[in-house]
Amino acid sequence: MKRLLKNGRVVDPAGGTDGQRDILIEDGRIAAIDESIEPGRNEVIDLAGLTICPGFIDMHVHFREPGQEWKETVATGAAAAASGGFTAVACMPNTVPVMDNRSLVEFVRAQGREAGMARVWPIGAVTKGQNGEELAEIGDMFEAGAVAFSDDGRPIRSSQIMRMALEYSKIFDIPVIDHCEDRELVADGVVHEGWVSSRLGFKGWPGVAEDIMVGRNILLSEYTGGHVHIAHMSTARSAQLVREAKSRGSRVTCEVTPHHLVLDHEAVMGFDTYTKMNPPLRAAEDLLEGLADGTVDAIATDHAPHHCDEKCVEFSRAPFGVVGLETAVSICLDRLVHRDIIPLSRMVELFTTGPAGVLGLDKGKIEVGAEADITVLDLDREVTVDAGEFESKSENSPFLKWDLRGRPVLTMVDGRIIHDRR
Amino acid sequence: MKLSSRHLLGIDGMTAEEVALILDTAEGFVQISAREIKKVPTLRGKTVVNFFVEPSTRTRSSFELAEKRLSADALNFSASTSSFSKGESLLDTAKNLEAMSPDFIIIRHSEPGSPHFLARHVDATIVNAGDGAHEHPTQALLDAFTIRKHKGRLEGLRVAIVGDINHSRVVRSNVLLLTLMGAHVVVCGPPTLLPREFDAMGCSMTYKVDEALEGADVVMALRVQHERMNAGYFPTTREYARQFGVNGTRLKLAKDDAIVMHPGPMNRGVEISGDLADGARSVILEQVANGVAVRMAVLYLLAGEPARETTS
Repeated sequence: MKRLLKNGRVVDPAGGTDGQRDILIEDGRIAAIDESIEPGRNEVIDLAGLTICPGFIDMHVHFREPGQEWKETVATGAAAAASGGFTAVACMPNTVPVMDNRSLVEFVRAQGREAGMARVWPIGAVTKGQNGEELAEIGDMFEAGAVAFSDDGRPIRSSQIMRMALEYSKIFDIPVIDHCEDRELVADGVVHEGWVSSRLGFKGWPGVAEDIMVGRNILLSEYTGGHVHIAHMSTARSAQLVREAKSRGSRVTCEVTPHHLVLDHEAVMGFDTYTKMNPPLRAAEDLLEGLADGTVDAIATDHAPHHCDEKCVEFSRAPFGVVGLETAVSICLDRLVHRDIIPLSRMVELFTTGPAGVLGLDKGKIEVGAEADITVLDLDREVTVDAGEFESKSENSPFLKWDLRGRPVLTMVDGRIIHDRR
Repeated sequence: MKLSSRHLLGIDGMTAEEVALILDTAEGFVQISAREIKKVPTLRGKTVVNFFVEPSTRTRSSFELAEKRLSADALNFSASTSSFSKGESLLDTAKNLEAMSPDFIIIRHSEPGSPHFLARHVDATIVNAGDGAHEHPTQALLDAFTIRKHKGRLEGLRVAIVGDINHSRVVRSNVLLLTLMGAHVVVCGPPTLLPREFDAMGCSMTYKVDEALEGADVVMALRVQHERMNAGYFPTTREYARQFGVNGTRLKLAKDDAIVMHPGPMNRGVEISGDLADGARSVILEQVANGVAVRMAVLYLLAGEPARETTS
């Protein structure tokens, strides 16, 4: 069956396109792109007034399956992704048991296929059990479809193990994603170390604990030639380190989350556990320069669902993490694009070719022959964030009740409509 | 005049007028404790739960006495004897307490923000009796009451607070209250125990104890908790006492009529020398006595109809 996306504005940073185009989809792939295509007998989807982008990719989510299905499953996570405008997600291996072998990688992929929503790409653990001691079977997992490797949630403490991981990953030309945190410096840290933590009496979580590990990882990447990717970067100093490394031509990439881009550590002053995450909220302003100047490769949500009972406890006892899949695009449109911090094309890049490039995948483009993964935005649609509308099993968002302008309205994977709220 | 909030969660958010109201009201309650019959019927028929999830002797006894002298029915609920120690969540424990229709819940808890959490989820009036290293508002109020008794005012005074600033809820409430009332507060301790950017609260900071005590009207020593002693914040207790202990020699730097305070419990010979604690300038036991009157004032004022509803 053929489908014609008609009258939409196409924003495709990869092809340098920003203008009205019609897109013909045939057998799940893009068959033609032109300023005007005659409908003929094809099914027409009229997208006048809407913006057509390559399918958005979120390279950092936690789907909790297997092991913690009360928080999220691959199916509910993939549905949340589709609802949030994402056509593909890469999910972290901190499941129970840890996704550190082929059979779990295959299981998660199979659950993703069965759900039939956003594509689900597993990220394998770097070390067995995420213990940071012995390398997991990276090659076997790669062959089973893992797109990257990470011990996310647990920093790779040993420089020797990090070195081995970076060396070994070169065989497959895939990134090692590190959650950068010096555990001793963080200790029992709960919120960013600064005047807010001092005033509230919380153990502070200093930014330098991240910077030290970012610095180490850059040095090891440069020494080994392996590709290191910095997860959820949260400090100005880390951004500066990455910027300098990139200018030397190093194989270093990084991502930031929407919540770190729009919220400061002051957000925790009401003791709302939905503002508690790892790394903690710090100073949004510190990351905006890197977003605009190209230092940052991707915006990733770090979607970390937790059941409301688990979050409804004393602040310091609550688990870290917030959901993000169903708010990320609206947050970025409202707070970054509509406020002229970055142009729309840059935002689209951070959600498409940016993460695809980090993962070494030929995705995130609208071109003839490509899989028809499409995200359609209504730049002016007003939305009030409502947990009742979430597809995710969890509601732990710091953005509940926020009024935002701009929303994804149609999500397609392989030319199939997986979410539609036009 | 009435308090604007129906809870006392912290000094944060209070106005100078409200603080003055509590202190003035406490004046009236002091003499009740001096009577033969130390009881008034003010809170007769009201139920107060003393929900102490963290050990406390002084504060819990002080609240209990305040409640009893106001004729309230007091129920003591401590962590070690409750289902809380069996892993029941704070929310479930609080909901169960609420089912017994208390009018007040006085909470002491090791985690910052616990009273605020309770205030969001239960109907009773919540009084913070210390939440981790965050706030201890009734302690700051009784300290201010004691200072005012001796100095006649708070405005313009220089108050030096010396000790483990990092882990102290007393210092946070005191800095907020005293600066609100126009005093100048200088906090002092080893740099390893001074929280970053703490001066954003309106006090000044130093790790030179002589500088802190210079010209002080009030010198307050803070307890160094045993668990900090071996945690690497300073080399030894002996060295701490030498560098930061408040003693007679150091007190000479303060004003001649400076008073010496300590929220207790004291480590004699560590943060404060024994002779100073027992000396003529010490008001440490007055602090304890005033605590009852101040807590009576707080309960009395909170029991009144609030001017407006707020849950900070």
